[in-house]
Amino acid sequence: MQVHQQTSEHSDAIDLMVNMGPQHPSTHGVFRLVIWVDGERIVRVEPHIGYLHRGSEKICESEQYNQIVTLFDRLDYVGNLNNELAFCLAVEKLTETVVPERAEYIRVILCELNRIASHMLFYGVYGLDAGATTPMLYGFRERERVQELFESVTGARMMHNYIRIGGVKEDVPADFEKNVRKLLDDLKQGVEECDSLLSQNEMFLARTKGVGVISGDEALDYGVTGPALRASGVVEDVRVTDPYSIYERFDFGIPVGSMGDCWDRYFVRVEEMRESIKIIEQALSELPKGEISAKVRRIVRPPAGDVFIRTESPRGDLGVYIVSDGSDKPYRVKVRPPSFANLQALEYMLKDTYIADAVLVLGSIDIIMGEVDR
Amino acid sequence: MKIQAPMIGFINGLLVTIKTTLRRPVTAEYPSVEKRLALSDRYMGFPALTWDYDVKEPYCTGCMVCVRECPTQCMSAQMKDNPKHEENLSRRRKIIDSFEINLGRCILCGICVDVCNFDAIEMSHEYELSKYQRNANRVNLNQLLDMGSSFQNKIGWKPKQPQKNSGVPQPPKASEESS
Repeated sequence: MQVHQQTSEHSDAIDLMVNMGPQHPSTHGVFRLVIWVDGERIVRVEPHIGYLHRGSEKICESEQYNQIVTLFDRLDYVGNLNNELAFCLAVEKLTETVVPERAEYIRVILCELNRIASHMLFYGVYGLDAGATTPMLYGFRERERVQELFESVTGARMMHNYIRIGGVKEDVPADFEKNVRKLLDDLKQGVEECDSLLSQNEMFLARTKGVGVISGDEALDYGVTGPALRASGVVEDVRVTDPYSIYERFDFGIPVGSMGDCWDRYFVRVEEMRESIKIIEQALSELPKGEISAKVRRIVRPPAGDVFIRTESPRGDLGVYIVSDGSDKPYRVKVRPPSFANLQALEYMLKDTYIADAVLVLGSIDIIMGEVDR
Repeated sequence: MKIQAPMIGFINGLLVTIKTTLRRPVTAEYPSVEKRLALSDRYMGFPALTWDYDVKEPYCTGCMVCVRECPTQCMSAQMKDNPKHEENLSRRRKIIDSFEINLGRCILCGICVDVCNFDAIEMSHEYELSKYQRNANRVNLNQLLDMGSSFQNKIGWKPKQPQKNSGVPQPPKASEESS
């Protein structure tokens, strides 16, 4: 951490400008946060992004539709399957493809498992942000179990390229149902363990309760979505309010917080893992037999037009906008990443908190820089 | 979501960690060959070329469809006339001459395997990238075939379309028609 003497126009009553990042270990990637402090109190923050910019949206314009799925894997690199799903749903809506039932169920099961894995990563890393080392070991243990299942189904632990336009790549292995049921039993126990390890810990409560508060109205104004919005008491989940795929068939709750502080944002995610387990159980008991992919040409050429689709990724409302000119490559692809919008509220959340809580508030909105910078 | 009485949460956390100390570890020791985690059958490592043991030549005919479909353009290939076809030892008229994959560029997406019509390329179980030379990850045809044949032997690989892609020469008339 570098410390500069304050010289510029924000001069009255400000002691220091603290430059946090871009190589700060707690910024979850390469992210720079410039903080103006008055004593220990934060007066103003200024996020600087773009250190991980890879030009994904531009590369999409020079790739064929089925090759772009691999790029979407790499946007939000801990919620890969949810990103693939968003892109494939958009192309399917554009080409009016009907996805077979079995593929839809497999997608939902894997996406919800991915959500659990992503929240488990958040759980572990958030413990580290708060200064507790043990939760990371538990979070990563559970995430590892999910990734092991992904490896047996998709062949890869992170960059799957499994959800394809019109369905999925190949059928699940024969022992898939048995493995998922066993995994769910482990995960249920794991979530309980994680919950009792950290959630009610007094030091953790003291660090997170009442820190980084944002009200529901303010969060909506900033465009915050996902767990960060639900923690402020707003009932908004794309899976329920604007259902995509087959989510309207399942019965699950939307956990909401009451205060909108860091602890609520943390606990909403813990509760969400329990709800995801419920969805997977229902989907697994209804898993039909049949085709796993619709008849799609090898080179997809959607008709000219545009399409927008929104899905609920582990971090919030993930929107994909595609403009097609009728060729085998899209004319324009725009991604509305949830982390990017959630990051806008950081300035509001950090105002008048202590500088020691900056890392904690940043961690609680669970940003993934691959998605913010694209 | 209500807060418990003082110290209860702290003690519950300690109970969890005490329980865990009595369990077997869940970690594996990576670099040692015996103790590392086993790969599942579907694991997608680097792409490798398969070897046709029946006629002792690669399955690959150098049609370049994988080269064209690769999202990162990490491959290059060249075909030649198959000398074994002229001696009627193989059904393949064309055969791969040279093939190079830059494994440092490969993103392990598996698209090359999906588009291959000849069962010639497979995602092997190789995944280690660290080498002593800067360009050692540009692998040539022989290295790819080595990777492929060790993968074939490991999982007992069978071609997906044995009728269409077998290199064994058939009675003269049929071979002319089907190839």
